[in-house]
Amino acid sequence: MSKIEQVFENGKAFIPFITCGDPSLDITEELVYAMERAGADLIELGIPFSDPTAEGPVIQAASMRALSGHVTTDDIFRMAERIRENSHIPLAFMTYANVVFSYGIARFAGRAADCGIDAVILPDVPYEEKEEFASEFRRRGIALISLIAPTSRERIRMIAREAEGFVYCVSSLGVTGMRSQITTDVGEMIRLVKETKEVPCAIGFGISTPEQAEEMAAKADGVIVGSAIVELCRKYGEDCVPHVENYVREMKEAALRGGVK
Amino acid sequence: MADGRFGIHGGRYIPETLMNAVIELEEVYNHYKGDPDFCEELENLLNNYAGRPSLLYYAKRMTEDLGGAKIYLKREDLNHTGAHKINNVLGQVLLAKKMGKTRVIAETGAGQHGVATATAAALMDMECEVFMGEEDTRRQALNVYRMRLLGAKVHPVVSGTATLKDAVSETMREWTRRISDTHYVLGSCMGPHPFPTIVRDFQAVISREIKEQTLQREGRLPDAVLACVGGGSNAIGSFYHFIDMPGVRLIGCEAAGRGIHTAETAATIATGSLGIFHGMKSYFCQDAYGQIAPVYSISAGLDYPGIGPEHANLYDTGRAEYVAVTDEEAVEAFEYLSRTEGIIPAIESAHAVAYARKLAPSMEKDQIMVVTLSGRGDKDCAAIARYRGEDLYE
Repeated sequence: MSKIEQVFENGKAFIPFITCGDPSLDITEELVYAMERAGADLIELGIPFSDPTAEGPVIQAASMRALSGHVTTDDIFRMAERIRENSHIPLAFMTYANVVFSYGIARFAGRAADCGIDAVILPDVPYEEKEEFASEFRRRGIALISLIAPTSRERIRMIAREAEGFVYCVSSLGVTGMRSQITTDVGEMIRLVKETKEVPCAIGFGISTPEQAEEMAAKADGVIVGSAIVELCRKYGEDCVPHVENYVREMKEAALRGGVK
Repeated sequence: MADGRFGIHGGRYIPETLMNAVIELEEVYNHYKGDPDFCEELENLLNNYAGRPSLLYYAKRMTEDLGGAKIYLKREDLNHTGAHKINNVLGQVLLAKKMGKTRVIAETGAGQHGVATATAAALMDMECEVFMGEEDTRRQALNVYRMRLLGAKVHPVVSGTATLKDAVSETMREWTRRISDTHYVLGSCMGPHPFPTIVRDFQAVISREIKEQTLQREGRLPDAVLACVGGGSNAIGSFYHFIDMPGVRLIGCEAAGRGIHTAETAATIATGSLGIFHGMKSYFCQDAYGQIAPVYSISAGLDYPGIGPEHANLYDTGRAEYVAVTDEEAVEAFEYLSRTEGIIPAIESAHAVAYARKLAPSMEKDQIMVVTLSGRGDKDCAAIARYRGEDLYE
């Protein structure tokens, strides 16, 4: 069983996102261990990009903070290597096409594989452009995660057919960020995926409260939360680790409750 | 690999949320571009509203002063709203109307594209919102007022470097928020497919006219065509109908800012490298890790860290040349054209005028050079005065 398949073996999965280097790479590393203790099933490590067009203000600001601390892709690879000495938790990199492309796709994939990265999420690489990236990652045993959105409609089957690892279901129109309500019929999106291929589906974008996590977990195999955690990192800075740990524990429990509905 | 490529450049690197929107746009565009009624409606707007065809003006004093090639100025500055931007905007807003959209959004740098979009939106009764870097709203306060006067809402963008690239990012984000009733009127020959092609086609009227007008006036084609390049829409429009005519030199003039050996530059071909950003593969100013560089030019309209994918390919194939022009050279050209021909060019266009001043003396007297004046310079007077140490109160 691949590590990505294991993600969905412990009831409904909880998948937190953090921006590497915000507030520092040492704290990022500590956050990974703390979130693992709190029950996270997969951790998305954001490699900051100067112009993250799919992000709302919270993650944009975190990317700027990390980059102004001069964090580089190589620093992040070295941190991932250190994490792998202490933990087996599945890890995904989330970043933008140019970060991977400018590093050299094959070189990036090789380095990521050596660090034990299990998946990569590139929100600005849609189905039509994915092979340039996916082929190199596949060779190194890394899944390039496909995204579906509320506007995908007839594209969902095409995307699902070639999905690797899991399908990232974007819950709402717009960019990442906390939302009071999610109005999209995500259940229907997931039904279309599952009709085409038996692949796990995780919902992200807009989720921040345990109520939302429970509701979304009832419809999917997992729940992804970014901005709410990144906001805790901003608010508590160097002292954010216990706050994030408590939040992740609460959210994982909520996701599990969604699973027994 | 997706279509919409120019050599290795182009493509559509955008979030899944926008994919159906650009696919629909491509289908609708492919339908209407050959539709006689649509073409007639657009031509009517271009001729009877925007004031096309624009003049091809023989710059006699400049020609005599430089003592080389015969210089013609393609007067896009005389279009309604004062720049070439209206050519693309009338086409796209008309297209948006046909798609049943009721709202248009746009990015703007110098404000010319924002003003043109606000104008077309007023004319065609569409809601309009424009995203402009906060830094640019200060540099181009008059254009902000013009957009508001035309009924548009202007959003100052504070993210990133608060200039054109951030305005593009923010407009893309806004489009993912609200797609069903909204068309993104992209202002340059850049972004995801099909935008580079659509914008190129709507701007190609410039080279079609240059070709007809030089044939009529001189009985032959020009030897060189010069235009300034940020994203590159007036340049691709000026080049397009000459691409298959190797006898015509095509020269794009980039903004070197304080110089291509400084960090304060926006010359993408001179200093950039291959990357993927704002929906396209092309050349970008970036660091070794692919972080987009903060660029600088005195010209808000050229202050962009990338270049349209078709230009990137024209550079790769050697069909077009790209040169870098500094702030100082552009400001001198701005003053030179004002005094020599009584024409105040946009500071963007002054980059092309500056290179014309260098190139013309090395050409023969029987050779013909066409310089596209993409816009007029009224908007720049306060900033240039400031550059020269004079404070104007608008």
